[in-house]
Amino acid sequence: MNSERQYKEIFTECREMIDSHSAAVLNMLREKAFEDFSRLGFPTQKVERYKYTDVASAFKPDYGLNLNRLDFSVDPYEAFRCDVPNLSTSLYFIINDAFCQKVLPPVTLPEGVIVCSLKQAAEEYPEKVSSYYGQLAHTEEDAVSALNTMFVQDGLFIYIPRNVVVERTIQVVNILRSNVDLMVNRRVLIIIEENAQARLLFCDHAADDHHFLSTQVAEVFIGENACLELYELEETHVKNSRFSNLYVDLQRYSMLRHFNVTLHNGLTRNRTDVTLSGEGAEANLYGCVTTDKQQRVDNNTLIDHRAEYCRSNQLYKYVLDDEAVGAFAGRILVREGAQHTVSEERNANLCSAGGAHMYSQPMLEIYADDVKCSHGSTVGQMNEQALFYMQQRGISREEAHMLLKFAFAGEVIDAIGLEALRDRLHYLVEKRFRGELSRCSGCKLCK
Amino acid sequence: MIISELMGHSSLWIYVRDMKEIDKKENKKDKTAPGEEKNQFVREVAHKKYEYGFSSNVQTEIIGCGLNEDVVRLISAKKEEPEWMLDFRLRAFRYWQTQEQPSWAHLRMPEIDYQAISYYADPTKGNKKGGPSSLDEIDPELMKTFDKLGIPLEERLALSGTAVDAVMDSVSVKTTFKEKLSERGIIFCSISEAVREYPDLVRQYLGSVVPYRDNYFAALNSAVFSDGSFVYIPKGVRCPMELSTYFRINARNTGQFERTLIVCDDDGYVSYLEGCTAPMRDENQLHAAIVEIVVNANAEVKYSTVQNWYPGDAEGRGGVLNLVTKRGHLRGANSKLSWTQVETGSAITWKYPSCILGGDNSQAEFYSVAVTNNYQQADTGTKMIHLGRNTKSTIISKGISAGKSQNSYRGLVRVSPKAEGARNYSSCDSLLLGNECGAHTFPYMDVHNHTAIVEHEATTSKISEEQLFYCSQRGIPAEEAVGLIVNGYAKDVINKLPMEFAVEAQKLLNVSLEGTVG
Repeated sequence: MNSERQYKEIFTECREMIDSHSAAVLNMLREKAFEDFSRLGFPTQKVERYKYTDVASAFKPDYGLNLNRLDFSVDPYEAFRCDVPNLSTSLYFIINDAFCQKVLPPVTLPEGVIVCSLKQAAEEYPEKVSSYYGQLAHTEEDAVSALNTMFVQDGLFIYIPRNVVVERTIQVVNILRSNVDLMVNRRVLIIIEENAQARLLFCDHAADDHHFLSTQVAEVFIGENACLELYELEETHVKNSRFSNLYVDLQRYSMLRHFNVTLHNGLTRNRTDVTLSGEGAEANLYGCVTTDKQQRVDNNTLIDHRAEYCRSNQLYKYVLDDEAVGAFAGRILVREGAQHTVSEERNANLCSAGGAHMYSQPMLEIYADDVKCSHGSTVGQMNEQALFYMQQRGISREEAHMLLKFAFAGEVIDAIGLEALRDRLHYLVEKRFRGELSRCSGCKLCK
Repeated sequence: MIISELMGHSSLWIYVRDMKEIDKKENKKDKTAPGEEKNQFVREVAHKKYEYGFSSNVQTEIIGCGLNEDVVRLISAKKEEPEWMLDFRLRAFRYWQTQEQPSWAHLRMPEIDYQAISYYADPTKGNKKGGPSSLDEIDPELMKTFDKLGIPLEERLALSGTAVDAVMDSVSVKTTFKEKLSERGIIFCSISEAVREYPDLVRQYLGSVVPYRDNYFAALNSAVFSDGSFVYIPKGVRCPMELSTYFRINARNTGQFERTLIVCDDDGYVSYLEGCTAPMRDENQLHAAIVEIVVNANAEVKYSTVQNWYPGDAEGRGGVLNLVTKRGHLRGANSKLSWTQVETGSAITWKYPSCILGGDNSQAEFYSVAVTNNYQQADTGTKMIHLGRNTKSTIISKGISAGKSQNSYRGLVRVSPKAEGARNYSSCDSLLLGNECGAHTFPYMDVHNHTAIVEHEATTSKISEEQLFYCSQRGIPAEEAVGLIVNGYAKDVINKLPMEFAVEAQKLLNVSLEGTVG
């Protein structure tokens, strides 16, 4: 049976069940998504944007789908004990794809700010949700987005009204928890209105030793003069496959800082599409990947410059050990009329062991003449001279290796604005390079 | 079926020679007319220059349009080829029939009707059956054509010391200096002659670097290729002069499918130049060529191209579709191959001169300047496949786009798992002149060995206002200033060309960009 067929069959058979446990706004797009998915099928590696990830075989195994919305009994505090020390956050939990209502700690958010389940938001504020939902994640061009739109029943909704500055970081912890192999389809909708500011931290954890396959489609709308810092941190395990599609739309003079850190994973595929649709918008994307064993990470970005005076900056760094495979494809598209664009893209990769493979593909596609665009990409290994220098000074070769790797990844981590998170990541990355399990001591698996 | 074909109009080559005249007129106009009018004037001059020049009656034998097995057999029969050659062609043709034209390139390609093209046009057949054996036997009109193109086939070449193989339409017209070269054991002749005279050599190497299954256009070429050059440098021989081939498409509705095969044996050296022109036609002309280079141990090959096919007019009508597969295989240890190309012509360029670095310590270089103007489109770059140990490759690519053109660099650097200590450096810069053109960079890096060091950098920007201002302060008109800056920008590549070519290339750059600023 080919991979697509099982999903198409489940969808047709369980359509009512899916609909009945979700909201009308979410149900509206299912039919079109199904048509698009049937037409597209899973992308083969001949499809340019999926060149480095074999999607069909990732979706092939028979995963369970919790369409009937059974409650997974879990105490998130029990499952998640590795919070960031010294970082006071407004903490929320999502178990698989369900927003955890019961155990919310008392959180006081500024007036008008909404952080809740997407299903609940779609029922309470249908106009608001329907005018944004599905506007950026076009199902006709991406089969993973189409599949997510077909099956999605819940997720996260964040709304920051105009002129509101949320000082405290909003932290959302996604916990994957199941007694069987499970597929999770999660949807995130974030609306930041004019002049608003927010800082979001998403942490992905897997609490059980089962195979997980999660698709997450996030749509982020950033209004005029608004500012969003978005941190995504993945610390799962080798049995986890993550397909994340992040779509961001930036209006005039708005700003995005996005950090994507993959510390531990199985197969990760992050697609990040940023559209700079208003004049003077700015996007900064950072990625840090530390992988070993047979882990795979594929970051695929598209920065679409549609307006004048926009800036974008990308820095992705990979440290690959053992037989890990890394891929980075970043496309900068400067459309006609997007004059005075300044765009920079940098991808540096360190292959420190024999079996590691790296694919790098920085791309520039430019249709406007008054621009300054550049990209650079390197693949290499430790500098022998630097290693020798340190050994001369009595530092063991292993320690010297560690120091160099640490300094290499440090460039991305140091760009993180949150001091507490920066310190935490320095600690985790160091632990990871020292060969200790990168996960915290609190998780079930780390014990 | 002898068709008398009226030669088209002047080529860009002639146009280059008349640059001084253009400059004079332009300077005069400069003082009186504002920028927009000046552009208009330059465009008029440019347009006129294509009509200018020679027309010649060359008796050309053209076979009927269309492509089928019989045509392939006919070409083979006309060339008096052995059975194995026909087999090769037929296998390629059958494979081609099963394939579809690739569409992955960043090009808007007009639909090519492969049945509307004639696959064989022989301008030498008007005179005498068989190839010409001396210059006297060549149609004088044909000689004039090459003279006017700036490619004198006799005395002047003796002075410049370059051996030339001139290919018009489907047939090699004349190869000079053959005797002198053969004293050293060097074979330089047309490929059809090589098939007859040196069948073992050709059979051994033909299709060994670019097999007919390589791609759609390679299959087409393998089926219908009519002529091209063959070079064999024996062991330990340094070729004493530059070898050169000039290609020209003359007859209407014909395609040119030439095939070049260069084999440089152990410790050999050769520098090879290639030049191309075509007359002005309203319809697109197809050019699908293959160049194969084999470099054995300690040998070195330099391959330089100045590609100046007719680029189409300012509205994007006509022009040559240049769909070329070029590849070199560095088989021996310490071998070296360098590709240098200046691409100013063609309506569409689809060309990726590549290197397979098989031998240990082998080195490959790729230097390219691609200029596109008006509605030209170029998707060009290189592939460096590192297989041997301690192999090294360098890629320097400079793209310049103006008018409404699209210019893409597409390159692959692949380090295979066994290529210990591979090293690559790539640099791709693009310059934009005008707000309707596009410049794109698509590099791919696949690194499968952790000892490899691969670097890539690319920039895209327009000509710096500061530099232009500096020039105009010193009384240099804008157009000339752009020429200066562009030439400086392309210097890294042009410096790699043999001297005679470098001068031509520099002039070509100026001419191709005329009318882009105002």
